Amino acid sequence: MVAEEICQRLQQRFGADIAAVNLEGAHPHAVVAAEAWPEMARFLRDEPDLRLNFLRCITGLDLLEDNKLAAVYDLMDVTPSGSGPKYETRHEFAVRIEVARDDPHIPSVAAVWPAAEWHEREAYDLLGIVFDGHPDLRRILCPEDWVGHALRKDYEFPMEYHGIPGSTEFDLPNPRH
Amino acid sequence: MSWIENRFEDGLLVTSLDWAVNWARRSSIWPMTFGLACCAIEMMAVGASRFDIDRFGAGAFRATPRQCDLMIVAGTVTYKMASRLKRLYNQMPHPKYVMAMGACTVGGGPYFKYGYNVVKGVDLIVPVDVYVPGCPPRPEALLEGLMRLQDKIRHQTIAKRPVEQAG
Repeated sequence: MVAEEICQRLQQRFGADIAAVNLEGAHPHAVVAAEAWPEMARFLRDEPDLRLNFLRCITGLDLLEDNKLAAVYDLMDVTPSGSGPKYETRHEFAVRIEVARDDPHIPSVAAVWPAAEWHEREAYDLLGIVFDGHPDLRRILCPEDWVGHALRKDYEFPMEYHGIPGSTEFDLPNPRH
Repeated sequence: MSWIENRFEDGLLVTSLDWAVNWARRSSIWPMTFGLACCAIEMMAVGASRFDIDRFGAGAFRATPRQCDLMIVAGTVTYKMASRLKRLYNQMPHPKYVMAMGACTVGGGPYFKYGYNVVKGVDLIVPVDVYVPGCPPRPEALLEGLMRLQDKIRHQTIAKRPVEQAG
């Protein structure tokens, strides 16, 4: 199943919730509304001809110019064929969700794909996207008392942490990326 | 001919207590198994047969800080790791030595400017005896660092230990 067909199936069922579709290039994806995402995720996973049963990764983006944060979910079908190590179809699709930067809430899909649990924690840790309904939304990489979200483009580097001085030579609280 | 010469039988070892203690210490420096990042690969190479740090008496890598003399900080130290590193250092018995291996532990290295999570040099947390620069240092460089540490121990006296002053 190619990306166009998957997109058609999505539009038939969730027409109003799909804000945009981009099928050009190497990464075909649909931009969808955050509220419809859990239902859509179950649809993508459970529909017998779609069965995107593997969440490959979640990519977090900081769209500072648009004042938005985004999460991109890369999905893949890894249903094995009857015999041997081959996959039956191995089609893939991506879903992109954009939320407001000052109030970033996306419903969690950790119940749909268990792999999402840690990925969402990482996106929360480094970008500050809050995944509603996540079973255990804590920081996963930075210490629990860390201030700020480090991969945001306007992140200010710590000048001191628990008495250990940070980098001061450049005297830039907000180095340019 | 001074008063002390020609007074002892042949075969009696004549030395100073300082020299004997320092000889024992520098010939059996037990390092801690403390690899934090890629430098640890070079540290493993130093421990293996090709470079063989055991030739200098420092091949007994211990898995607990309580049996160690030397902490080779091999790799990037993050702020999250800093408190653990300090605790491990505090658990080591005196006399204890720290070797900063690699650019990250010497001064932040490639993470100095943009590494929000990296301590800019392990000497901000614990006192460092020997710095071994490199990214990562070759095994020969680490052996050289060990020999410089042995030189340092050679000049210690039991009357006044620099580590206790620093700690």
